[in-house]
Amino acid sequence: MSSAAVYLPPFRAKRSHIRTFGCARARRTGHIQSMNEHLTLTVNGHVHEIDAAGTTPLLDVLRNHLGLKGSRYGCGLEQCGACMVLVDGETVYSCSREAGTLEERSILTVEGLAADGALHPLQQAFLDEQAGQCGYCLSGMLMAAKALLDRNPSPTRADIVEALDPNLCRCGSHPRILRAVARAAAVLRGEAGDGH
Amino acid sequence: MAISQSLRDNPRLERWLRFEPDRTVRVATGKVELGQGILTALAQIAAEELDLRIDQVRILSGDSIEGPGEGYTASSWSVEHSGSAIRAVSAEVRALAFARAALRLNAAPEELSVREGEFLRGGTATGLDYWHIAPEIDLSAEATGAVAPKPIAEHRIVGRDIPRLDLMAKLTGSGFIQDIDMPGMLHARTLRQPGRGATLLRLDEDAIRRAGGGVQIVRRANFVAFAGGDETAVRKAAAKATETAVWATPRHLRPEQASAGWIAAQPSHDRRIGDAMPENAVDRLSIRFSRPFLSHGSIAPSCALALWKDGVLSVWSHAQGMHPLRTNISATLGLPVDKVACHHAQGAGCYGHNGADDAALDAALVAMELPGQPIRLCWSREEEFGYEPLSSAMAVEVHASVGTDGRPVGWTTEIWSAAHGQRPGVGGAYLLAAEALETPPPERKPFDIPEERGGGATRNAIPLYDIVARGIDFHLVHDVPVRTSSLRGLGATLNVFAIEGLMDELSARAGEDPLAYRLSLLADPRARAVLEKVGGMARWSKRGPGGTGRGMGIGLARYKNSSAYAAVVAAVEVDDAVRVTDIWCAVDAGLVINPDGLVNQVEGNIVQAISWTLIEEARFGEDGVASLDWQSYPVIRFRDIPEIRVELVDASGQDPLGVGECAGGPAAAAIGNAVAHALGTRIRDMPMTRERIIEALMRGG
Repeated sequence: MSSAAVYLPPFRAKRSHIRTFGCARARRTGHIQSMNEHLTLTVNGHVHEIDAAGTTPLLDVLRNHLGLKGSRYGCGLEQCGACMVLVDGETVYSCSREAGTLEERSILTVEGLAADGALHPLQQAFLDEQAGQCGYCLSGMLMAAKALLDRNPSPTRADIVEALDPNLCRCGSHPRILRAVARAAAVLRGEAGDGH
Repeated sequence: MAISQSLRDNPRLERWLRFEPDRTVRVATGKVELGQGILTALAQIAAEELDLRIDQVRILSGDSIEGPGEGYTASSWSVEHSGSAIRAVSAEVRALAFARAALRLNAAPEELSVREGEFLRGGTATGLDYWHIAPEIDLSAEATGAVAPKPIAEHRIVGRDIPRLDLMAKLTGSGFIQDIDMPGMLHARTLRQPGRGATLLRLDEDAIRRAGGGVQIVRRANFVAFAGGDETAVRKAAAKATETAVWATPRHLRPEQASAGWIAAQPSHDRRIGDAMPENAVDRLSIRFSRPFLSHGSIAPSCALALWKDGVLSVWSHAQGMHPLRTNISATLGLPVDKVACHHAQGAGCYGHNGADDAALDAALVAMELPGQPIRLCWSREEEFGYEPLSSAMAVEVHASVGTDGRPVGWTTEIWSAAHGQRPGVGGAYLLAAEALETPPPERKPFDIPEERGGGATRNAIPLYDIVARGIDFHLVHDVPVRTSSLRGLGATLNVFAIEGLMDELSARAGEDPLAYRLSLLADPRARAVLEKVGGMARWSKRGPGGTGRGMGIGLARYKNSSAYAAVVAAVEVDDAVRVTDIWCAVDAGLVINPDGLVNQVEGNIVQAISWTLIEEARFGEDGVASLDWQSYPVIRFRDIPEIRVELVDASGQDPLGVGECAGGPAAAAIGNAVAHALGTRIRDMPMTRERIIEALMRGG
């Protein structure tokens, strides 16, 4: 894919897996006073020791403590799916799940989809179909689709609709997202990549 | 080549274009990415004119310091205004570069060509490129508009499906303003003033501080915010404060105020636009249509960053115009304009004037109280639904005077609506938190967008059809209890719904097929072409008899009567709900920059139109807007998505036309007409809910 650079603001999101990133900084700057709780979470195959209360929403831990900004705040009410991640392969709204309930579990976020520098077939299929407009819902869409394809490698259109129905897209990219998931399923099955 | 308004406002070439040391070209635009793919399209235009690869173009978008000011990114103007400016500037810089290169190479300019920025002579590399001669080109000169752009037949990049430049980042976990992190950054949330004039009586600041997390309270008059390094704690503090704060004279709304009927019953400023109705009609027909208040419902609540440091306020925002934002923030805070710098950073789709600008002022207010510390302020979901401007409820009554041949000889579109254009800085409109400060801006009577700029409530109220006398009776309602402003399509959605509904009724009276009837009233060959094309796509001639629960309907408009043409056919099934099964759409957008990007926009506009037509309705309660989440403000989901087919009518010899809002009105109209065809009776009010289906069936034909 050819692409021109788009100027980003001078401060870019940190995407490194720096442990205890958010709280270390907060302690330095004195903004967090009572942070004596401790969590151990497995995210995208890495074990992280995190200084955060067990009641902290998983979304805040991912974004602010681990610097994983791909899971997004949309409503905080389990209604839109922008924050969706997988826990042991099942879709979970990270905005309202307390992180402390997820120790010993395996958490997968959008940052964990690509492997060895290659996009996941779902990400590639979304690119191939140009399945997105503003793109804010796409992390959640990818995770919901991943959960579907892991349990059903040959979904019908109706299966895809059912699996993605909890996730809102406000731009109306739905037709392309449906095509992209079908395309990724075909690729994962080893078929030619046209999911139409 | 004519000089566009954008170029007149920013005449110097260097405002638009700069050769960079890394062998790229920086192209600046005042228009911003809202998910519509505009930056990709503008990069294509520049790469085309300059004979560069697309990856040799870097776009600087929405920068109030270095980039051109082009107002707001709105009304589908970006390709027409910014695109034509970038095209003209690129062509002119290319010509200047050619002249210099010809001198250096001792060649005639017509012997030279450019490939990927390098000059060729008779097709052979010369070793000379743009960047070698850039120091010799005076980009401080003003554009003349005298250089003709490249002929369309030579286009290699314009007209191709170049993939979106921003999509890769957004599929791999980055790319949004929400993701920006700065050293020492504090998170912030607001305690919203519940309406203009509300005064904060009591806020238990100690309880908030006792809750921990190091949350600071920022207060200026009735503006209150919470800031700290721990976002979780800040969010909790704001939620607690919102729950427990006591206000004097908060706003009070009544549920019935959220209806088109209430709007139409209010005192109004009345204006007649266009022709008077003729006296000689043999028949008259009038039908009244309505739609409710709508929310933009961005999937992400608004967010902004601000930093007050060394006497300069820097703001990062996803709002639709950084130059207007700079002006508005400097005016509100009493800072000189040159002490405020606004930078665009991408957010979620907004579809018009939502909370983005207001969040930027909120962040700036907090930053001014906490100097030297970067502030990242996010609205909550409830705040976005509750305080963003709404799209006004509207009633539209269309009146036709019919001649002896069954065709209209006179037409009036009568509209009751609040204003659709209240962007900050326009006509005295201001940023939300200005109401909470010591001296709120004066109260005002909002006026709507003038017709020469596309109109607001009156947008697309003049039918495209060949009718001798066409006019508008506009009843602008000033006093509504919520702020109203632009939502994609503005008044066009209901106006086209109403006009096309009446056209179907007129064709039925004349005993003619709706598509043939429309064609008999259309001389404009481009309008005819999209209608005929969509008729073929949908196999309109096989349309069933109707009244069976299945129906097919058509809708047509040219957005603002000046941008892209779109004709839509919808197929529906109706039982206790309307289900749209298929949509066909034909579009004429003139010269198309990126066909797939265009189709993507049109598909999205159609999906939104289905949602508006069948589902969406903002509601009021005592304390304000009552539809504050996705359960009380449901929108379309995957299960409601029909098959959508979009095709372009080739018109590449024509100027490019704005396309992002062209299909919404026609899609709504096509669904309305399809439902009328399915039921044998018309539903005139959006959204077409179960109750309205039953009501229409009880009423009968």
